[in-house]
Amino acid sequence: MQSVSRAPAAAPGGRLRGLVAAATRLPKVPTVIVVLAFLTALSAGWLTSTILPEANQIDLRFRYTAPWPLEGSSPAHLLGTDRLGRDLLSRMLVGARNSLAVALVAICFAAVVGTSLGLVSGYLGRWVDAVIMRFVDIMLSFPAILVALVFVVTVGASFWMVVAILALLLWAHFARLVRGEVLSWKARDFVALARVAGASTPRIIVQHLFPNIFNGVVVLATLQVGWAIVVESALSFLGAGIPPPAPTWGNLVAEGRDVLDSAWWISVLPGLAIMLVVLSFNLFGDWLRDVLDPKLRQL
Amino acid sequence: MWKLLVTRMVQAIFTLWVVSVVVFFSARITGSPELALMPPDARPEDRAAFRAMYGLDRPLMVQYGRWLNRVLHGDLGQGIQHKVAVLELIGPRLVNSLKLATVGVSMALALSLPLGVLAAVKRGQFWDRIAMGIGLGGQSLPSFWLALILVLIFSVRLKLLPATGMGTWKHYILPGFTLGWFITAGATRLVRSGMLEVLDAEFVKLARAKGVAEQWVICKHALRNALISVVTFVGFMFGIVIASSITTETVFVWPGIGRLVFEALLVRDFPLIQGIVLIWSAIIIFLNLLVDLAYGVLDPRIRV
Repeated sequence: MQSVSRAPAAAPGGRLRGLVAAATRLPKVPTVIVVLAFLTALSAGWLTSTILPEANQIDLRFRYTAPWPLEGSSPAHLLGTDRLGRDLLSRMLVGARNSLAVALVAICFAAVVGTSLGLVSGYLGRWVDAVIMRFVDIMLSFPAILVALVFVVTVGASFWMVVAILALLLWAHFARLVRGEVLSWKARDFVALARVAGASTPRIIVQHLFPNIFNGVVVLATLQVGWAIVVESALSFLGAGIPPPAPTWGNLVAEGRDVLDSAWWISVLPGLAIMLVVLSFNLFGDWLRDVLDPKLRQL
Repeated sequence: MWKLLVTRMVQAIFTLWVVSVVVFFSARITGSPELALMPPDARPEDRAAFRAMYGLDRPLMVQYGRWLNRVLHGDLGQGIQHKVAVLELIGPRLVNSLKLATVGVSMALALSLPLGVLAAVKRGQFWDRIAMGIGLGGQSLPSFWLALILVLIFSVRLKLLPATGMGTWKHYILPGFTLGWFITAGATRLVRSGMLEVLDAEFVKLARAKGVAEQWVICKHALRNALISVVTFVGFMFGIVIASSITTETVFVWPGIGRLVFEALLVRDFPLIQGIVLIWSAIIIFLNLLVDLAYGVLDPRIRV
């Protein structure tokens, strides 16, 4: 019985077994932190309206309450409060939602645009390739973050503004990666066969090339999440991110800057959150890369 | 080689032109400057006179041409806040920023080279762990937060180093370290992996076999080869150093160009921001060009 059930597992289940083996090598702490970050971000709205105080609820009696086990703290505000008596934990949770949402939406945009352009550029070649790749080169040497600041000043900061800035900064990396991959895949026989069989160009790109480069895109996207969060927080810190009173990790750090001596937790704790989450995303991305696409080591 | 040079030059000029277009037209997206500069109850004929005086009644392309002409002649206009020519505001600040950047990069190299070599030579041991930790932390520590933590520890609690301003050599340490942090992390990783690769190569084995002293093998044979990638890395990182100088200089109240950007952002001083972005972009693009060319000289394989 055992030998019967084992035999088929080896043939089509090789992949499954690979997945199981990979899952056991999953980096435990980073995965837990990434999952936790997603969960808190998703439930931030619910948590801050039931168990925890509202993120923007001002209570001047509790200004600058210290985090819980320290003296002068209250269990009602586990991570302390800021200069208006707003609960830091609630603000960090909502901040997690804002920061993660910006990073993820931006990466989705960048991945879609970059991948499409990379596919077209790599497959069509010739002048299309030349034009698109020149643009990618320019974007990579373009001081985009500075130009983004000009836009923030003229148009004003908002959620979609930040998303646009990050997407603008990121798409070229996807385009370059995908183009390189496509160049190696399109020389294979199965693509030539598809062309001989009369498949149209869009069909070859979507059906034959895209599935092969998909892993690379996922890996790059995961590795870019951490970077996007850091840039978003830097923009927020400069006052060019999602405008207050909406909390983001970056503007929470900025708020605590002036009271670093007396109320260190306002700056230190959100920064710690950024570091842990970004580090976890990077380690998670490293693992994903080793599993899905080991040849991308140099990313 | 010449082909590479010409292509890169044309590309750099084109990039700079794109920056100028973006910067100019972003000012017009939100409406004509007269809305901001004239009182809201100004009469229509006054408005018309104002527009005629500043050439705002001309077509956009003409306006852009005149603006570009002025910029090329070094006239970036006046800042709204200080009523001083933008170039005069930027000049001294830029010098301060470059000083800090030089210190930052030097500190980064002084830390990362020995650490990377040590990590590769004593692989898997204590210093290797430290190097790997720094390498990982480099990507995940936001520099503005690192700056605040350094201030909290070394200035507020230990009272060892000044937190803000510029003056003595002590003022350079914290901002320099913060600014160089990204480079420290990246370069440590690069030196380590480069050394590991080279220490395994045939010519290093040969050097050892013929009895060259171990320090000599490491410094002369291995490190020199591992350095090529570091040089190009540092070159490319200059753009990032300049960008992260905005947050670093803001935290340390360093009178540099990054701090100037932040101040200008706070009061929405548009001409100033425009000027800084143009000059800064020119510097970054020029540095990238230099790195590209240096790379072509160092590594003949990419001169295609």
